[in-house]
Amino acid sequence: MAEERAAAFTKRSIKTSAKLAGLKMVVSMMDLTTLEGKDTPGKVAYLCRKALQPADPKYNVPTCAAVCVYPNMVKYARKFLGENSPVHVASVATGFPSGQFPLPTKLNEVRRAVADGADEVDMVINRCAFLAGDHAKVFDEIAATKEASGPAHLKVILETGELVTYDNVRLASEIAMQAGADFIKTSTGKVSPAATMPVTLVMLEAIRDYFFATGVRIGMKPAGGIRNAKQALHYLVMVKETLGDDWLTPGLFRFGASTLLNDVLMQIAKTVDGNYQGPDYFSLP
Amino acid sequence: MSTRLDVKKTYKLFIGGKFPRSESGRYLPAKSPAGGQLDNFAHASRKDFRDAVVAARAAVDGWSKATAYNRGQILYRAAEMLQNRATELVNEIARSTGVSAAKAKREVTLAIDRLVHFAGWTDKYSQIFSSVNPVATSHFNFTTPEPTGVVVVLAPDEPSLLALVSLTAPVILSGNAAIVISSEKFPLPAATFAEILATSDLPGGVVNILTGKRGELVPHIAGHMDVNAIVDGAGVPDISVKLQAGTAINLKRYAKHSPAPADWFTAKVEDPYWILDTVEFKTAWHPIGV
Repeated sequence: MAEERAAAFTKRSIKTSAKLAGLKMVVSMMDLTTLEGKDTPGKVAYLCRKALQPADPKYNVPTCAAVCVYPNMVKYARKFLGENSPVHVASVATGFPSGQFPLPTKLNEVRRAVADGADEVDMVINRCAFLAGDHAKVFDEIAATKEASGPAHLKVILETGELVTYDNVRLASEIAMQAGADFIKTSTGKVSPAATMPVTLVMLEAIRDYFFATGVRIGMKPAGGIRNAKQALHYLVMVKETLGDDWLTPGLFRFGASTLLNDVLMQIAKTVDGNYQGPDYFSLP
Repeated sequence: MSTRLDVKKTYKLFIGGKFPRSESGRYLPAKSPAGGQLDNFAHASRKDFRDAVVAARAAVDGWSKATAYNRGQILYRAAEMLQNRATELVNEIARSTGVSAAKAKREVTLAIDRLVHFAGWTDKYSQIFSSVNPVATSHFNFTTPEPTGVVVVLAPDEPSLLALVSLTAPVILSGNAAIVISSEKFPLPAATFAEILATSDLPGGVVNILTGKRGELVPHIAGHMDVNAIVDGAGVPDISVKLQAGTAINLKRYAKHSPAPADWFTAKVEDPYWILDTVEFKTAWHPIGV
């Protein structure tokens, strides 16, 4: 059911100027991400530079919304971007990606990331507790993390690939929103399947119902598995038709991605210049 | 009993080892020289071309890393498959172009021989064209050819099969992947050849065959930034001018071959130097004696 409804959003025809505007919006909503054991300060600096200036100035492409890194890399990202950067620093935290760590360790990690300069914290929920039925513990951990992250925006990663059913995704979304999440996020990107359109639709509808009940706007971040511009535009259509134009802003919708950016930039160049592009002419993802 | 309806085949495109219809849904009728309709064939659009580039790019990595010996085996296998289904192609050429069965058979036989010829070059061209260079410093300095990547091949109208094979084999033998734009006048032999290639162990995407109208695809061929080289055998002056004007902007390699129609049947086109159209030379400086 969710599959069929999500598939309906892929049927819209978006061409020329609307496509160009949509692609630029995708860039402005992107959390450019590097989450690998081999990350270095140099790699993070490269990512920050790319987020600040994704393409040749002639294409008039906005900056990305944020760079998303491991807690140890936050200070390098902050140093490179400086204070008051248009590009935010997001840090994954709470024992990303598994979350199988003691709560004090997780909270300490969050506090340190924020102290190092993270504007946004991407926490993972305790799937162990969730699947064991201890929903109160999941709620309490999110609430504690919200408190520990202070002024930083909290994104709560449900890791939908491990929650098995849409019912679980819906329930986890509600728990996260009630516990104080600013954003709910599909996946870590380390588990397959990551973000899919149906699972994102379930979460968007949870956000919609939460808004109707409380008047509070919660953001959404699909992450992992969105690799090309066409898919990204499908997501924008789904957001617009489920939540409306209010959510079409980097403040309430983000893409967690790394390779997606280059495909979007190639499509922008194709739309502007008229010829098909090749990856050799774009910086490394 | 009612009369049986004739089944007209619609030949499809050959992209990434699969046989899709044109994304545009278009097709054209293939006419016999007398003007009767033989069959239909897909009319490729720029998006089909784009898809073919994606398929070719995906194939380059594995194909260029396959051993030269293995590439030779696979090209030889393609010759075997062609031999096996020669009658089908003879018939296709004869009914499309109106030549006698004997002439069509000669074209198919030569196409088989040409594949065998170029299959032999896979593990030889790099020895022949590499060099060890004298340098003044204490370095061992050598130059070797490497495949350039994705190559677009434009086949002439005639001979529809033999020229296509003769132009494509030297491109793919070094490890490139090719997108072949078939004869515009006689596309059916190319489409049948695609069906033979699909069963020949050639990895999907190494050869992609598009049928349709060249003129429509030319600006996109010249402008596509993920195409590394063009081998222009179409023999159409207007098309050559447009391709060269387009490549002047992005500096992709352009090579033109327009032998006289009769020369396609001679050893003149079994030219190993054609391999050099689509390779890049790499020079390495290896320190010695330090």
